Amino acid sequence: MPTYQIDVNGQSREVEADADTPLLWVLRDDLDLPGTKFGCGIAMCGACTVHLAGNAVRSCSVPVSAVGSNAVTTIEGLSEKGDHPLQIAWVEQDVAQCGYCQTGQIMNAAALLKRNPNPSDEDIDAAMTGNICRCGTYLRIKEAIKTAAKA
Amino acid sequence: MKTQQNNVTSTGRRQFLKASVAASGGLMISFSWPGRAAHHEVKSHSDSATELNAYLLVDTDGSITAMVPNPEFGQNVMTSMPMILAEEMDADWHHITAKQADFMPEEYDRQFTGGSQSMRQGWKPLRTAGAGARTMLVMAAAAKWQVPTSEITVKNSVVSHGSGKSASFAKLAADAALMSLPEEIALKNPENFTVIGQSKTNLTGNKVVTGQPMFGIDYKAEGMLTAGIVHPPAYGTTLETADLDAIKSMPGIVDAFVFDSMEDDYTRNYFDTIGFTHLIAIVGDKTWSVLKAKKALQAKWKAAEASTHKMDRFGSLTDVTVPAGLESTEWHRDQMEKLLDSDLPVLREDGDVAAIFSNTPAERQIERTYFAPYLAHNCMEPMNFFANVTDVGVHVAGPLQAPGFIVGSVAKRVGVPEDKVHIEMTRMGGGFGRRAYSHYLVEAAAISAKVKKPVKLLYTRQDDMTMDVYRPTYMVRFRAALDENNKLTAYQVDGVGVPEHCVAHNRYPAGAVTNYLARGAAVASNISTGAFRAPRSNFMGASEQAFLDEVAEMAGKDPIDFRLALFDKALKDPVGEAYDYDASRYAGVLKEVREKSGWDNMGDDVKRGVAAYYCHNSYAAQVITVTEKGGLPKADKVFSAMDCGIVVNPIAASNMVQGAVIDGVGNAMYGEMTFTDGKPDKDNFDRYRMIRMNEIPASVDVSFVKNTIDPTGLGEPPFPPVFAALANALYQQTGERFYEQPFIHQLEKISKSA
Repeated sequence: MPTYQIDVNGQSREVEADADTPLLWVLRDDLDLPGTKFGCGIAMCGACTVHLAGNAVRSCSVPVSAVGSNAVTTIEGLSEKGDHPLQIAWVEQDVAQCGYCQTGQIMNAAALLKRNPNPSDEDIDAAMTGNICRCGTYLRIKEAIKTAAKA
Repeated sequence: MKTQQNNVTSTGRRQFLKASVAASGGLMISFSWPGRAAHHEVKSHSDSATELNAYLLVDTDGSITAMVPNPEFGQNVMTSMPMILAEEMDADWHHITAKQADFMPEEYDRQFTGGSQSMRQGWKPLRTAGAGARTMLVMAAAAKWQVPTSEITVKNSVVSHGSGKSASFAKLAADAALMSLPEEIALKNPENFTVIGQSKTNLTGNKVVTGQPMFGIDYKAEGMLTAGIVHPPAYGTTLETADLDAIKSMPGIVDAFVFDSMEDDYTRNYFDTIGFTHLIAIVGDKTWSVLKAKKALQAKWKAAEASTHKMDRFGSLTDVTVPAGLESTEWHRDQMEKLLDSDLPVLREDGDVAAIFSNTPAERQIERTYFAPYLAHNCMEPMNFFANVTDVGVHVAGPLQAPGFIVGSVAKRVGVPEDKVHIEMTRMGGGFGRRAYSHYLVEAAAISAKVKKPVKLLYTRQDDMTMDVYRPTYMVRFRAALDENNKLTAYQVDGVGVPEHCVAHNRYPAGAVTNYLARGAAVASNISTGAFRAPRSNFMGASEQAFLDEVAEMAGKDPIDFRLALFDKALKDPVGEAYDYDASRYAGVLKEVREKSGWDNMGDDVKRGVAAYYCHNSYAAQVITVTEKGGLPKADKVFSAMDCGIVVNPIAASNMVQGAVIDGVGNAMYGEMTFTDGKPDKDNFDRYRMIRMNEIPASVDVSFVKNTIDPTGLGEPPFPPVFAALANALYQQTGERFYEQPFIHQLEKISKSA
């Protein structure tokens, strides 16, 4: 089994995994970072969203062998104290119901705000449409993104 | 019909409660509490925390742990239940942390999340537990200070006496735990609530946004293996052979074997529903090894024979026959249509509908048939469970709604007494009814027992969607007649479904129509079905409220006025033996939504629909407007009015209603599972369409009818009327009625032909 040296949340981590192992399972099973969630396994729900070189990607569909030297950021590494403006807005606006999809939503929203600090409603829709929330908290997700953008 | 404020009903076997009115006019509760405190057995959870009762622990640093008996799947029990405890305890909200209790039937009643009952049935026990803890703290202070308890006040976790003496809960807890409760304690008058009714953000909010492990899928234990199952690809088939040796030789695979999750002679309970009991288990060191092995597995499947098993339906033992055959959606429709045309069993009859129909001219009659498909639950967290079966006992942990319904099944399967099964409840990544049927727990335990190791069973999305306990498919036919004054004189509802019908015969408009007939029957099937957010109501609300819109139109009446007139009849001159709704509260939500939506002043250019429904003890009404913005019409503004009595936590309550509205719009527009030769046609989100952010309404305004009636639930009641309000609005927009869910097919047809 090959060994990979990957940069996760600012730390260099060594993992032994098959080349085709999705980054999702490396994070969850090998690196003990369970904040990244398994939802569909085919990049259709967004629950597993992480940042790869600053871009939002679906970690269920990125094999560990494709990560290379690109920095991986997971929800655990988004902020040091859980105080990213999105995380603060999410808590204040009581966005979550079950909460399962929310880490993926936040990671996707964080990538959006990085490239577009003041997104319009349409920008938010376009960026966030890949993330399913089964509880239907979309309105609050939208509001929290706007609040964080103003912060 | 009215629920009396503070009326004490059953609050459980450990707390024998008797209400009496105290001289002050406040409510007093008499009880004996044979819990630990009464027996002077003080148990500590942490080194320093003192347990005052099964719900409340006070630590020396002042923090208070509120134990939440009901499992959390997003309905906010982990915040709302502590609010009720804190209210009666007079605790400082900032001192409260919530902890999910394990399944402990000896400590808590009804550890079940379902039927929108958590708040309703938890109300009295939680208030009593909070007030009991407060009383014990007061008694401890009184003993210490040698003053009467009546001179003591409590506020923000501090107990005080007029003399200037005061002590924190933390200081008093150890002494308080030794106090025996008096025969009567007082509950607060709702007018004096300071926590209940105030918005409190989720106590688990920080953990959610930082990705802390809380869900079953996050559960880890030393030496834990990962397991997957492989089930037949189609209902009506079963395993013939599988090449397990090839799988066992794959890297990372520890074992692969065939097992039964239930023995054939096992008497199932109502929540033991499962599509397949004869399964293949694959166990490995890591998730990816197992997923690869599942994909590589070569197996042959064959037609399954019809089978019969015993079922204990809440005390009555019946034989359930699962038919053979490969069922398809077209066959289901055909069977339901045939059944609708047959002479259905009568569920309720008032007056003589047949006579009215035969004496009413055709143009004053209307008959319509509605259809809804199977739905998959699609909780975002796929089914999973941890199990460690050893000689000492069984430890299982994971997401489930109803531990009490599965404990017997797992005990029987692994051959231990029920009290040797320790069920730890994790936060659920959604439930919607799906996790009331936690056969996956039994599967995990069976696998652990075989490999003699702790295992976590994980379903893939494909497993989850193709081995669901689906929302049944239904059809319903309504018929109504109007007299020359456009008054509803006869109403008939014929409901069918696979494998259950959808008619609740004492519901609205029973009691409001002089001639009323309700009939229903079901088609047997081998496809597993179960509860799905507002079972049956989710289709009845959808269809009945769309039908009444047409009846109101035929009568030339405003749809709200038309409904209100029926409630008036039910109130003043009810028909028949009984009906199971409070007509004034039902009318109340319609009046509320009329006002909040500005219904009377909307203008003709606004395309809108209205609907109301009552189920699971709460009342809901919705007004939905639709717009067409470059493409298909879509829900634009939604106004939702609810009557659920006292609203415990407004910020969470409105979240729940907004979510139910979006879920309703999503399922009305897109929700659909079809079958071909027993095989579910969709197995993931590429084909199963879920509502996404760009498809939601622009706004969902939520209002609550204000009253001080004991609280009822919100998870299910707002859901059913959404479908109908949307259908009625789409009619205004397109000129076409929508009789078949999901609406997207008809909308796309309209759009193509335009």
